[in-house]
Amino acid sequence: MTEGRAALEVRDIACRRGPALLFSKLDFDVFPGELLCVRGPNGCGKTTLLRCVTGLTRPDAGRITWLGQSVPEDPARFRGDIAYGGHLPGLKDDLTTEENLEFSLRLRDVAVDRDAIARALAAVGLEKRRRLPARRLSAGQRRRIGLARLALDPALLWILDEPLTALDDAGQAHFVELLDRHLARGGLALVATHHNLLPPSGKVRELRIAG
Amino acid sequence: MSAPSRGTYSGGFAWAMARDLRLAWRHPDEIILTLAFFALVASLFPLGIGAEPQLLARIGPGVIWVGALLAAFLALPGIFATDFIDGSLEQMTLSPHPPLGWAAGKIAAHWIISGLPLTLMSPLIGLQYGLTGDTLLVEALSLALGTPILSLLGGACAALALGARGGGMLLALLALPLFVPVLIFGAGAAEAQATGLAPTPHLSLLAAALIAALVGVPAAVVAAVRISVD
Repeated sequence: MTEGRAALEVRDIACRRGPALLFSKLDFDVFPGELLCVRGPNGCGKTTLLRCVTGLTRPDAGRITWLGQSVPEDPARFRGDIAYGGHLPGLKDDLTTEENLEFSLRLRDVAVDRDAIARALAAVGLEKRRRLPARRLSAGQRRRIGLARLALDPALLWILDEPLTALDDAGQAHFVELLDRHLARGGLALVATHHNLLPPSGKVRELRIAG
Repeated sequence: MSAPSRGTYSGGFAWAMARDLRLAWRHPDEIILTLAFFALVASLFPLGIGAEPQLLARIGPGVIWVGALLAAFLALPGIFATDFIDGSLEQMTLSPHPPLGWAAGKIAAHWIISGLPLTLMSPLIGLQYGLTGDTLLVEALSLALGTPILSLLGGACAALALGARGGGMLLALLALPLFVPVLIFGAGAAEAQATGLAPTPHLSLLAAALIAALVGVPAAVVAAVRISVD
């Protein structure tokens, strides 16, 4: 990875939802080891911005470059490099905690053994609920499955939408710890949040979207 | 850091098959409902029009096909709707696995839990109508060729109808007209056999339609999913 060059470059991005222009001419860079917090009032388009970067939502204008290559040229490579956590958890109610984690990692093409899964679930305090269907978990516990997923996914770029919602203090602290580890090994994070995230290592910058 | 995974078609296909079949296994009631609906619809006809053996043998192939088609249609919304609501579809769209792989895997899994059991059950229903052994065989064969087409076409329609208000009605309006040619050739095959004609032209046309659908429809499903998650 080249130093001094941003890994993620977003230029001149604009998105409208129906008649309302959410944002336009937005430029930002994210460097390796850096956390970019997207902030702004409710409804200003934070979620839409994150979805535009992932490619889920098509922006009305703008260019996104990942590791020096335009994303539309090789979207598969970009998808391999990002871990996205949106408002919806992407969990199946009828699968157990363990199965949910296993399937979501297989979908990311991450090969992990059962031990690693058990350890990751223990780290987020779900070892006793490994074989419980996800429908029996609380909102915070579901979020914790997402934390275990992040811990096992080697993706370089995290794109997370309000990752602290429904997490208790211990869960939030655990998330900051994971984020810190991710940044320390050169990962990038683009996070929409209302909280103050202060990972000890890594640089934190803010992107404000006007309402 | 290691190079990112680019995924594989087979990886996505196997992932979707394994997951959807396990989910179906957890809820066998859905398969049972589909089959029960099929049996009920097919059993209502003799009650409504009278149990005259010759008449039943005449209408049997068509009625069985219509029943199977409606039962397959009933199972359609489940193919993408829950994945859309719980966010799994977003994660699939962002997976490094090529979308064609998992889309095809989901449709294949859907056929295994709807079309395949309907096909296997059709000879039993056919006996009620006094169809001969040959006709039962051709009927099952035409369903084996036709129900995958229903799953494919229906999957594309279900993906398009995601998120639309009154999605169920919309799905019926989108999918049922597309099913018409499949019904005509499917029922035609068994009827030809029953009246002493060769069923092969109908079956060949069904097989050709299946190949065309296998090639073309998964890409349409992927495009429809993209539009729906946007």
